[in-house]
Amino acid sequence: MANATAAAALAPRRTWIWWVIGIAAVVPLLRGVVPDIVSDYRLFLVTTMMIAAIAVLGLNLLTGFNGQISLGHGAFYAVGAYVAAVAMEQANCPYWLTIPLAAVICFGFGFLFGLPALKLEGHYLALATFALALAVPQMLKYKWLEGLTGGVQGIVLSKPSAPFGLPLSEDQWLYYFTLTVMVVLYWAAHNILNSRSGRAMKAIRDHQMAADTMGIDTARYKTVTFGISAAYTGIAGAISASVIAFVAPDSFTFFLSIKFLIGLVVGGVGSLLGSVLGGIFYVLVDNSAQSLAQFIKRDLGLAFDLSAYTVFGVLLILLMYFMPQGLAGGVIRLWRAIRR
Amino acid sequence: MEQFLQQMASGLANGAIYACVALALVMIFVSTDHINFAQGEMAMFSTYLSWQLMTWGANFWVAFVAAVLLSFVLGVVIERVVLRPLHTAPVLSIVVVFIGLLAICNSVAGAIWSYLLKEFPSPFPKTDFGIPGLIGPHQLGVVVITLLVLTALFVFFRYTPLGLAMRAAAQNPQMARLVGVRVDWMLALGWGLAAAVGAVAGIMVAHIVYLDPNMMGGILLYAFASALVGGISNPGGAVAGGFIVGVLENLVAYLGSQLEKTTGVYIIGNGEKLTVALIIVIFVLTVKPAGLFGRVVVKRV
Repeated sequence: MANATAAAALAPRRTWIWWVIGIAAVVPLLRGVVPDIVSDYRLFLVTTMMIAAIAVLGLNLLTGFNGQISLGHGAFYAVGAYVAAVAMEQANCPYWLTIPLAAVICFGFGFLFGLPALKLEGHYLALATFALALAVPQMLKYKWLEGLTGGVQGIVLSKPSAPFGLPLSEDQWLYYFTLTVMVVLYWAAHNILNSRSGRAMKAIRDHQMAADTMGIDTARYKTVTFGISAAYTGIAGAISASVIAFVAPDSFTFFLSIKFLIGLVVGGVGSLLGSVLGGIFYVLVDNSAQSLAQFIKRDLGLAFDLSAYTVFGVLLILLMYFMPQGLAGGVIRLWRAIRR
Repeated sequence: MEQFLQQMASGLANGAIYACVALALVMIFVSTDHINFAQGEMAMFSTYLSWQLMTWGANFWVAFVAAVLLSFVLGVVIERVVLRPLHTAPVLSIVVVFIGLLAICNSVAGAIWSYLLKEFPSPFPKTDFGIPGLIGPHQLGVVVITLLVLTALFVFFRYTPLGLAMRAAAQNPQMARLVGVRVDWMLALGWGLAAAVGAVAGIMVAHIVYLDPNMMGGILLYAFASALVGGISNPGGAVAGGFIVGVLENLVAYLGSQLEKTTGVYIIGNGEKLTVALIIVIFVLTVKPAGLFGRVVVKRV
């Protein structure tokens, strides 16, 4: 009975999501009709937003639904991107095959990192993952891997073109490709969370000892969640290698992990839909911060180079004060309060 | 052999820096159980303050003292304004706020002073200071200054009423409050002191690594490693840990280069310094979380 009402409550929401997906699928086709509004560059931008959404989704699975804090997801993103780039460059692997490849390898890395993480909680886990994020750019420059990774220079790739002779530009095709991957991963995450395993994950987050007493194998769930989370973020990295067509160690500094964190916090910790919004949000801010900085410098005449990270930092702190449930959750709550 | 000794000496100099930052981390940790991820960036910001004062014509030591005092005030303000309201917030909120502080310090410093590397002067006379062939004048100066700072802190905490009150507030806040210690102000003072000690470390290290907004990233990681090696709840341990990690870091790089020279196989070198720190952090956290001198925390279930 409870299930039926839950399904009924979800039903209108589902149609709503189908509408969004439908619109997202149609828009790129308008490129021929209104080229000023739907340009290749804008499609590329939306693609990077979807990539960000996937990465934040991965982080949210771990931090939001399993309660393990990670400041180092940039590391898994980097591994995913490098796996894809090396596979395409060295082994002529087709770009779509790099997605499962990156997923499997990042799952392995995440699982392995999850093992020591079992012994750490709260601040200590944050510290260990922080260290991981700081060390990764250096590891990518490691001399023995230079033959594969191209050292400091990184790897330059070429964007894949549409298959089967479809009349789509590269950016249009990558848009669809990313959209498909994102929808599938979102659906998968949604199903995982509403399954027995998902409830176990959340139980561990809420009270690990109670979960343990109820017979949940907490160690297994925590490590596997770490692996799945890393796989999600790694997939995002792998797509980014194809979309941006370039990987280099210095694109994966600690600040990348800060971006994921802002996506997580803005969207709402423990909200799937919020992860998507958070991913979109940080790419938007990242891109508009430049024009805002120019505005401050040129039009206001202040000698101040605003960077997106100032905005991010202020937002991180303010959100923790006023909307710990995230910008999206906070707005929804406000809206409900007003309607009442 | 001479090269080996030189490496060890410069390891001690680096270790002095790590010891300072680690001590700042420990000071905040013992009183609030928070790990301050923004400690490095706060120190970097203080260093820029002193640089700014120097470009305005101040003498090095005047700028040094002024920057340390300013950092103290800033540290107190940050604790009172940013962290106080979050006293009972969950761990994730605290971590996020620290990361926010880190991002703000870093990007604001970059915005005001640009991301270009800047040279930073050394206050120590080039001649008749240091031991030729063993330790350079700046390195010796760094060791001396940090040892002075550490002694001053030790004296402060051990022999002054205020230091005693701060220790009491950290150890047992409720009891301290009952005997009339203003615990929340003690926490703010601790933050101020931590910021000031961090500033000393930043100003001392800027001559070695050059001044730029990202200069403290690697140093902070080493400071974490030091604090953990020494036991993150033990100030004396953090200082010892700093020197141990500093020497260890150079020892590893030295052995790596010797290995490459004799066998031609490159395994580890200067490029892997942060990886070494990562390994130390994870190793200590998982194998011996109490560190060398820390106390083992027993949780009652």
